[in-house]
Amino acid sequence: MDALSPSTLPRLHGSAIDIGADSEATHRERHALAWADVAAGARLWRLGVTLAWLDIKLKYRGSMLGPFWLTISTGVMVAAMGGLYGTLFHMDLKTYLPFLALSLVMWNAMSGLVTDACTTFTQSEGTIRSVRMPFFVHGLRVVVRSVISFLHNVPVILAVFAIFSIWPGATGLLCLPGLVLWTLDAFAACMLLGCFCARFRDIPPIVGSVMQIAFFVTPVVWRPDQLGAKGWWLPFNPFDALMEVARAPLLGIVPGPDAWALAVLYSAAFCAISWLLFARVRGRLAYWM
Amino acid sequence: MARIRIENVSVDFPLFHGSARSLKKTVMAAASGRLGEDKRQRRVVKALRDLNIELGSGDRLGLIGTNGAGKTTLLRTIAGIYEPVMGRIRVEGSLNALLDPQMGMNMDLTGRENIMLRGLYNGLCKAQIETLEDDVQEFAELGEFLDLPVRFYSSGMLIRLAFSLATAIRPQVLLMDEWFMAGDVNFLAKARERLESVVRGAEILVLSSHQTGAVLEWCTRVIWMDHGRVRMDGPAPEVMACYLAGKLPPH
Repeated sequence: MDALSPSTLPRLHGSAIDIGADSEATHRERHALAWADVAAGARLWRLGVTLAWLDIKLKYRGSMLGPFWLTISTGVMVAAMGGLYGTLFHMDLKTYLPFLALSLVMWNAMSGLVTDACTTFTQSEGTIRSVRMPFFVHGLRVVVRSVISFLHNVPVILAVFAIFSIWPGATGLLCLPGLVLWTLDAFAACMLLGCFCARFRDIPPIVGSVMQIAFFVTPVVWRPDQLGAKGWWLPFNPFDALMEVARAPLLGIVPGPDAWALAVLYSAAFCAISWLLFARVRGRLAYWM
Repeated sequence: MARIRIENVSVDFPLFHGSARSLKKTVMAAASGRLGEDKRQRRVVKALRDLNIELGSGDRLGLIGTNGAGKTTLLRTIAGIYEPVMGRIRVEGSLNALLDPQMGMNMDLTGRENIMLRGLYNGLCKAQIETLEDDVQEFAELGEFLDLPVRFYSSGMLIRLAFSLATAIRPQVLLMDEWFMAGDVNFLAKARERLESVVRGAEILVLSSHQTGAVLEWCTRVIWMDHGRVRMDGPAPEVMACYLAGKLPPH
């Protein structure tokens, strides 16, 4: 029985569990436990990334083009919508199509993530009920999965930019802080919606319709300047600020300071709400599965 | 040094059914002023009540009791899956819980991929994961099935994979439910040998079982659970005798 010789088998070390619900200190302890969850989840990043890769692999297993179906369908959509809306809005395709390609790919990534975030915990029901695993790993899995899908759509943007020979230059680098905000918000969305949808099972369809409406009231297929003075309500749409800070630099425009301020403000509020909810319900999640 | 300390632990399960699962209905109930009433009347299952148990290195604890006595819930609580509503639980040392046969395996992934995920979960490095893979492959005798999705496995193969994987990792604290007794006869002798080696390697064992033989053989201390409480706690032979007779010893 050489397979059983202790030297060949992995031996686990360390890892302590300390969970309590003393009536005092509960509040502080909740935050400490939530923080420990996030830290432990981040340490298990290889697991989260692998889970995300396997999800993508599984989804496209047996199809010849694999995830490049995403690239093709996005390309077709951009071409079709570009032709249609370009005519409807009487737009110059040379400026409109690059805007649309970028906008649409970014919006698809955002709304895809939000929809996906709803099942962050419910899709891992089996795992949550059978082993203790940091909940943050599930969030990481969803975020990485979305990033992988997003990267498959990037060639569409590059192709359109190449066709119209557009290059944002060094200004393009300004999108990086915007993308950092996106990433933070993505994690916050997974933890927030994941918790909510674990408790209330009728939320995913509600989120779906909210995102549908958001698509129309956010400058995705139309440009904010088309609204002119009638667009006074745009600052109240968090999606607008977030889109703006990441999209404008890639089109060679420096986003205004108010777009930045709004994006940071909305993100901070969103992350704070998400944190408070996660810290509050983390210990109950397993009971809700 | 491994140690488990359970202080005044109680666990309640909320019973969500029908409208409690719906945001719309919950909001409507709140709006019509029915939520307060709802909250007081929220139905819970009192799964564990005021448990105080302390285990140190070398302890071999058996949990016995009828179905629904709280044995499995206690194991899951020690494993950190369910966090207690009251009390405190401390587990020092690495822990492995053999609770349900599938242990969160993804049925769409291949056996090999499931092994890799388990390795990553346990924080193993690449070389260690390869060792784990070899070990499981050899023990579970799955041959080329290891590269097929787990859903194509027969139930026997699935149990062999789950068992080999679960027992390939040697923890300091081992929690075990009785499912591991399943499996085909041929496998059972081999499985027993492997299980014994893991049990011997663990500093603390907590075993929940209906099979009195296994408990008497492996455990030195037995807790008889009843309705989420400890009914009797003591040396294995004494508690087992009382449990089988169905009554507490006269004082």
